Amino acid sequence: MTPSDIIELLKQNHASSVVSAAAEGPYPHAVIKAEELKTIAAFLKTQPRLRFDLLRCISAIDWPAKNNIELAYDLISTSLGHAFAVKVVLDRADPQVESLSAVWPAAEWHEREAFDLMGVVFLHHPDLRRILMPEDWPGHPLRKDYQDIVEYRGLKFNP
Amino acid sequence: MKEIELQYRHPPDLLHDGEIPSDIRTEELVLNMGPQHPSTHGVLRVILQTDGELVLKATPYLGYLHRCAEKIAEKVTYRQFTPYTDRLDYLAAMNNNLGFALAVEKLGGIETPPRADYLRVIFAELNRIASHLMATGSYGLDMGAFTPLIYCFREREWVMDLFEAASGARLTYSYITIGGVREDLPEGWVGRCREFLDYFEPKITEYNNLLSFNHIFINRTGNVGICPPELAVAYGLTGPCVRGSGLPWDLRKATPYCRYNEFDFDIPVGRGENGAVGDCWDRYFVRVQEMVQSVRIIRQALDKLADGPVQVKVPRMVKLPAGEVYCEVENPRGQLGFHLVSDGGTSPYRLKIRGPSFCNLSVLPVLAPNCLLADIAALLGSIDIVMGEVDR
Amino acid sequence: MYTYERPKVEYKGLSRIIVGLATKWGPIGIPLLLRFAWGVFFAALVFVVAFVWLVQRLINPLLPWFVRDLVVVVGLLAFVCVVAIIGIWGERKVSGRIQSRLGPMRTGAWHGWAQSLADGLKFVQKEDLIPRDADKPLFRLAPYVALVPAFCAYLAIPFGVGWVFRDSDVGLLFVLAMLAIEVLGVIMAGWASNSKWSLYGAMREGCQLVSYEIPMGLSLLAAVVSVGTLSLTELGRIQDGGWWSWLLFQNPFLFLAFFTYYIASLASCKRSPFDLPEGESELVAGFHTEYSGFRFVMFFFAEYAGMFAVSALATIIFLGGWNSPIPGLASPLWFVLKSTFLVWVQMWVRWTLPRIRIDQVMHACVKYLLPFTLLLFVGSSLWQLYDNPDHPLFEGFGAVLRFGLGCLGLLLLGLFFAGAAYGFYNRNRLVGQMVRKHLPGA
Repeated sequence: MTPSDIIELLKQNHASSVVSAAAEGPYPHAVIKAEELKTIAAFLKTQPRLRFDLLRCISAIDWPAKNNIELAYDLISTSLGHAFAVKVVLDRADPQVESLSAVWPAAEWHEREAFDLMGVVFLHHPDLRRILMPEDWPGHPLRKDYQDIVEYRGLKFNP
Repeated sequence: MKEIELQYRHPPDLLHDGEIPSDIRTEELVLNMGPQHPSTHGVLRVILQTDGELVLKATPYLGYLHRCAEKIAEKVTYRQFTPYTDRLDYLAAMNNNLGFALAVEKLGGIETPPRADYLRVIFAELNRIASHLMATGSYGLDMGAFTPLIYCFREREWVMDLFEAASGARLTYSYITIGGVREDLPEGWVGRCREFLDYFEPKITEYNNLLSFNHIFINRTGNVGICPPELAVAYGLTGPCVRGSGLPWDLRKATPYCRYNEFDFDIPVGRGENGAVGDCWDRYFVRVQEMVQSVRIIRQALDKLADGPVQVKVPRMVKLPAGEVYCEVENPRGQLGFHLVSDGGTSPYRLKIRGPSFCNLSVLPVLAPNCLLADIAALLGSIDIVMGEVDR
Repeated sequence: MYTYERPKVEYKGLSRIIVGLATKWGPIGIPLLLRFAWGVFFAALVFVVAFVWLVQRLINPLLPWFVRDLVVVVGLLAFVCVVAIIGIWGERKVSGRIQSRLGPMRTGAWHGWAQSLADGLKFVQKEDLIPRDADKPLFRLAPYVALVPAFCAYLAIPFGVGWVFRDSDVGLLFVLAMLAIEVLGVIMAGWASNSKWSLYGAMREGCQLVSYEIPMGLSLLAAVVSVGTLSLTELGRIQDGGWWSWLLFQNPFLFLAFFTYYIASLASCKRSPFDLPEGESELVAGFHTEYSGFRFVMFFFAEYAGMFAVSALATIIFLGGWNSPIPGLASPLWFVLKSTFLVWVQMWVRWTLPRIRIDQVMHACVKYLLPFTLLLFVGSSLWQLYDNPDHPLFEGFGAVLRFGLGCLGLLLLGLFFAGAAYGFYNRNRLVGQMVRKHLPGA
């Protein structure tokens, strides 16, 4: 299915959840409301014409200028071969969204990474803790306003 | 909404025939397979809870090789980031370069000349051969067969010599850049490449005789770490891991890039010839068969190679229009993805790298329970991780 | 800036004397020794020969036995050390050639023959590390418990008629018992290292070694039953009629017993494919992970001494010991040659096969090897019952079978040489050849 068909199908079934969509361009995607994420995810996975069973990537993008954090979920279907992306916009001060690890277990580690590096809290995640940084690291490094620390556990960095 | 039912077959319970008598007191042991360990393929820490030799739980701890590639990408320009992509999965540097170059070109609307595309395919497939040689050789080493490793490295030396002649480096090439490849091939390179392919093809049969069909090896890896295809796809496994489970999913056939649709090759899948479908042996053997297919592709690409420019004119300071793109390529270890967000400047606004080994490793805590301690090494070797990609 | 300062070590007692002498005379002595290496070697040879001749001439045969014992023990100790040194060098050369590379080539001009010596010197001067929470007495004791029994096994092994330290009626039993004590050393080492990984190695070791002692002993018993004595000298003497009189070819059960003994002895020596206790890829080095320096050398020596000892046992019992294939030319050199051949096959197997998992190892022992060796034992005993002049028909059949087995043995030897010739003539084509074509300048 082409991206516009996918967006059409999405709008037919969940018109209220779709905030905006872009079918043309290098990155066809649909922006949906954060509260409806899990429903949309289940729909994308189980709908027989869509069948997005492989969650490829969850990217967290920090926009301090717009005061929000975007999460992009890239999906592809191993049976039907089409690809699509779904984006969610979260408030930068308190980014929270439902975890999708019950829908795609691949999301577990991607969400842990988004939490670790960007600070997005995923509700009902089975094991939300830092994955790449040490457990007691302060701050979320990939944020645009992240200040690098000078001392960690007795080791001093000379900037 | 229905929860996923993860039903997969456990390997036969070898230690406990029936009930353990209630008067035997056993204790669990917490074992640290630390960052430094011969068979964790890099700096990976796994905490194992074992009951004797039986593993009850495995928890991986990552981050020992985290080098902040994504943060660095926001500071350097697009051309300056190519060497950083080399160091992600350092055993398949050409493929990483290709992924990044394709992402930048997709967002920038840059089209590469045909000779550059065929050269890209040749080098990507040569690097796939080198990476799989390393994977199969070190897997033999994990299983205790020291000799196949040296044989695989001997072949790898030849590939490295070819790479060094073309790009100047043996491991991190930065050869495939934005707009094409960095420079044209030296004289006689095509002849040497064909010589290598003729020399290499019979070697694969010999590796099979020595290692793949060795009964001891089959006993060690068959029926170990069985990963059914639904579980594989659910956990985001790609590459030989998911193809070893029986699913013929290959990005070069599903969403072809870089003229891969012009080549004729098969996708090897695991068929459960020596155990269940999706066990360690299947994942290993898929890699061996992929080397054969890579040789096929390289031969076709060498035939298609015609004279022409190897790069399109791209300004020295690459500036991409505002927007984003997600571009994936089929690496030897799975699908490497670059989510590139640009705000119109000279460096990426955000570059998220989807490392295949990161996703492949997430299945370890699921497959490890009910394995024996010696099987953890088999499992890690068959998933074939490179920590550079896991931690970035 | 952070600099590393090596902790100052104070030596006490005998170590102090040795270290003092080494630091004082070492920088002068070692280069001199290397410069005149050949001279030193020949001088040592001449000295040894002169000493032996002198001892023989001057010592009255009625002199106390302990002089003779002392000389023989020193000789055996030297032999075991030489076996270990040559074994380590040989292993590295053999593994190199199998893996399409050369092995040591530099230390000592000719194919790196001095590599083991250099490694020994390196190990001796290493820092003595004992893990902080290790069980110190056991940690220190374990290498000796592993090495000394391996050496003691040589006390009962005859190298020829009369070339034995103590010729005992139960020599075979003694050797097997000595080889079995090594298990204690290994378990002590694994426990005392205070490391869970070493403990795993030790536990696997305990299972494996002890269970494979049984098929080993049973296969040897099959041969003992056919001869009727446990004395190793007697077992060797019986096979002095040429290669058709070797116990290997007497009996189809004995023929198979040789192979089961060989496999069980591989497991008993912790050699690949049974080297899970020291499984390098999983346990770093298994039970001897925490050992460094000279303590590690002792474990290493124990392994090679054990390898040669079990091969020696196989040689005496199945392959005719010190007797030559053609009757009459018996000599200890044949014994050493045959044992070395079996050790070489052990190395060959090690570098070819992967490692078997511990539960598969136990499975193979208890479910396959043990019943099979029991069968061989019973078969060999029954064979003895019928293979005598009271049963002329069976005796005739037995003679024909022996002849057939002898021919089979010749055939196997011929195949071995044919394979070697094939490999030699096609050495540029096969896997394992050293490829240099693609290198610049080739």
